[in-house]
Amino acid sequence: MSMEEIFHPMQEPMILMAAISIVVGAIVVVAGLTYFKKWGYFYKNWLSTVDHKKIGIMYIAVALLMLFRGGVDALLMRAQTAVPNNGLLDAQHYNEIFTTHGLVMILFMAMPFVIGLMNIVIPLQIGARDVAFPRLNAISFWLFAAGCGLLNLSFIVGGSPDAGWTAYFPLASTEFSPTVGNNYYSLALQLSGLGTLMTGVNFITTIIKMRAPGMKLMKMPMFTWSILITNVIIVFAFPVLTVALALMMLDRQFGTQFFTMANGGMDMLWANLFWVWGHPEVYIVILPAFGIFSEIIATFARKNLYGYKSMVMSMVVISLLSFLVWAHHFYTMGHGVMVNGVFSITTMAIAVPTGVKMFNWLLTMRHGKISFTTPMLYALGFIPIFTIGGVTGVMLAMASADYQYHNTMFLVAHFHYVLIPGTVFGVLAGYHFWWPKMFGFRLNEKLGKLGFWLIAISFNVTFFPLFILGLDGYARRMYTYSESTGYGPLNMLSFIGALGLAAGFLVIVYNIFYSWKNMPRNEKADVWDGRSLEWATHSPVPEYNFAVVPTVTQLDEFWFAKKEGRDITAGKFEKIHMPNNSAAPFWMSGFFFLAAFFAVFSAWIPAIISLLGVFGFMIARSFEKDHGRYISVEEIMETEKRLRGDK
Amino acid sequence: MNKKTSLMFLAFAVLAILSGCEPLTVFDSKGPHAETLSNTIILSIITMAFILLIVYALLAFMLTKYRASKTPDDYEPPHEEGSMALEITWTVIPIIIVTVLAFITVKTTTSVETTPEGYDNTEPLVIYASSSNWKWHFSYPEEGIETVNYVNLPTDRPIEFKLYSYGPITSFWIPQLNGQKYAMSDMVNTIHMAADEIGSFMGRNSNFSGRGFAQMEFEAQTMTQEDFAEWVADVKANEEPLTEEKFEELLAAEHVGRSSYSSTHLEFSPPPMEHSEMDMTDEEMDHSNMDHTTDSQEESKETHAH
Repeated sequence: MSMEEIFHPMQEPMILMAAISIVVGAIVVVAGLTYFKKWGYFYKNWLSTVDHKKIGIMYIAVALLMLFRGGVDALLMRAQTAVPNNGLLDAQHYNEIFTTHGLVMILFMAMPFVIGLMNIVIPLQIGARDVAFPRLNAISFWLFAAGCGLLNLSFIVGGSPDAGWTAYFPLASTEFSPTVGNNYYSLALQLSGLGTLMTGVNFITTIIKMRAPGMKLMKMPMFTWSILITNVIIVFAFPVLTVALALMMLDRQFGTQFFTMANGGMDMLWANLFWVWGHPEVYIVILPAFGIFSEIIATFARKNLYGYKSMVMSMVVISLLSFLVWAHHFYTMGHGVMVNGVFSITTMAIAVPTGVKMFNWLLTMRHGKISFTTPMLYALGFIPIFTIGGVTGVMLAMASADYQYHNTMFLVAHFHYVLIPGTVFGVLAGYHFWWPKMFGFRLNEKLGKLGFWLIAISFNVTFFPLFILGLDGYARRMYTYSESTGYGPLNMLSFIGALGLAAGFLVIVYNIFYSWKNMPRNEKADVWDGRSLEWATHSPVPEYNFAVVPTVTQLDEFWFAKKEGRDITAGKFEKIHMPNNSAAPFWMSGFFFLAAFFAVFSAWIPAIISLLGVFGFMIARSFEKDHGRYISVEEIMETEKRLRGDK
Repeated sequence: MNKKTSLMFLAFAVLAILSGCEPLTVFDSKGPHAETLSNTIILSIITMAFILLIVYALLAFMLTKYRASKTPDDYEPPHEEGSMALEITWTVIPIIIVTVLAFITVKTTTSVETTPEGYDNTEPLVIYASSSNWKWHFSYPEEGIETVNYVNLPTDRPIEFKLYSYGPITSFWIPQLNGQKYAMSDMVNTIHMAADEIGSFMGRNSNFSGRGFAQMEFEAQTMTQEDFAEWVADVKANEEPLTEEKFEELLAAEHVGRSSYSSTHLEFSPPPMEHSEMDMTDEEMDHSNMDHTTDSQEESKETHAH
């Protein structure tokens, strides 16, 4: 590949602008760190940390950044289609943008946001000092970051993937997609997917093995339950993606014929593999949101969660069904009535446990005392909006009717009605809810509520028109349409809604700066009058989480202890064993990144040399004698005194 | 207003919002299969509106009655474990709704996957519809003619489209006549339909297939059987036959306008296997024919590759 080809995308003025803004942004960060002499601090406290709370914060920071990357993609798409025959983007650029919008929003926004929150909250909620494998956790994060960086780099160097986030073959084969864009796809997703798989193993172990004494499985908070189930889904689903991506890479770069048109390649094999991972993936990002809403609704209705057992059961059923519905993504491929019928039924069956959850949330509020805080607003907004997504899901599940919805804006509207009020409202609710726990001060409520209303209203203005457009025969992924179709006015309405959404997200980010400057720092540990263990320790949380690990006898132990005037964190201090920080995960993932980057361009020799670097770190690790370190009783006493003294 | 009228009112309100002034394409059916689908969709919308109504009513009730500002300051919510009776209720009722919908789904799917009811005695018109880059080829083997980017159909006669692709997966869709189905390079799919009315309908590929996807439309024009016969005779008499070179030229082109030919490409570039044939064992398959199919497919792909 010549230099000219590699930097070909830069000839587009918009891409050039994006490239320039990325470079300028990087220079500002580097210059800022140098000017304030923060390099050492940054390296020691963040790049080489193994602390689950810091790793969680980094996940969320990247997720917010990617929310803006994916959001700008979305705005460009809505602007391009706002009027008929628009020339803002050409077809190729539009195709790249909707492809990366999907990839970024699902894999580099929703996933890390969820994983970030679980990193911060889970060890605290179960009364643990860290996750089971802290260094592995750091590797997970840095692999994710490497994959994320690689995908974003594609925008500037070599060209982005352009065959849709589903990358259906043969469109994604070298025959129809000759640029390196889809090599970026297979390698970037492979890197971050490996990280996610490790997260799955890590959190299952953490939740199974490291709960506070007395916390039986059926006494775990609902968020912990949702995360346990989510990680089980991750461990079962992600290996399928790993294999599918490896086959894709072999097809594109080594001339195999798994999915191509010649020599018995099967295009629909890719579609099947993709969705065997892809559908459970949807539940990987939605179940944690269900967990977050359960915590928040119980907290702000000041009542225990209604129907705890059926809430757990329904999530288990959803997780099983999530693996049995993948073919509903292609009812139209021509498998017979029998196959379509079976998948219609399994898909509709998911509505039953989801309905159970919905009614349990509603009944949690009965006899409650509801206060409308920002996190609670997101949880309450979720119920009516997500239900629209849910019932349209049942409509789409009907195979016959799907012949008319498939590939249309109706489908696009449906999955945004599920993912935004579900996942995005969920993580934003969690973000506002646990922010004080992370940083020791609250986010401003007025700005938080303004952000919520802007987002909730604009969301409906943006996406409801798409249902109607879909029923009017508007196929998705068209970069433009003619005036005679009559799609113009509703598309314009949708664009106006998208501007409102953008304003809402800007308010949320502005709130970080505003609250950082203006909000009081002497918040108590239990700002919301919470129910689970994370509220029992200080805000911000000390490195060791709990000076004394609390003992649990029932669900909502902390809540009952408060009522009875018990202090569950009281006890005698003992020295605490903690893992050592290590920069190895950062550097190892750096080598992973290099290997993948060279592999994108089929530069195999430098790729292999970079992989040797990865193995070097693995070998070094296996000879390393690192037994962690102890925090002495004096140090704990000092920290506890300081944290309590603030109050 | 009693329950029934309010329900009817709601259904009409939903439909009015959904349809605006003119009926939306999917509800503006011009054939029996599209009508079945339209009715299925309307029925599901009414059912779903009913479910939404229940959830919204419950939510509104909880939020007005149990908000903190409405309860006394010293009110402390009770501890409630849940209720077996309620859990069973909201499990069983959705199961019943889902069962009914599943039954309707299987019934309507079976219906739209076969020759429309009432047309069983008429010989269906078979048309091979294949996609290449961003255009559609329509071959009428019986009539021995072929068209590009437009298809003429007789009314009151069942029509069977045989779908396949000379490239990425595409989805063949004439929403006013029936739902869509994929056209793929390695097998043939069949889609059934019939037209009740004379008119011109939008047909398109709805499955993203690359740069020229947005423009990948065709016109489906329905006409009386006499007009159709006349048009066939006219094409037969006045258009050039489709040669192999000409067809390869067509395949390689990105976009072309409409054209008509007095022979089809099926002889020198036959379609891949039928979906149902793929389940056959080796002995059952006609090997001489198969090999021929694969070879010529390969050739056409190679020419298409650039």
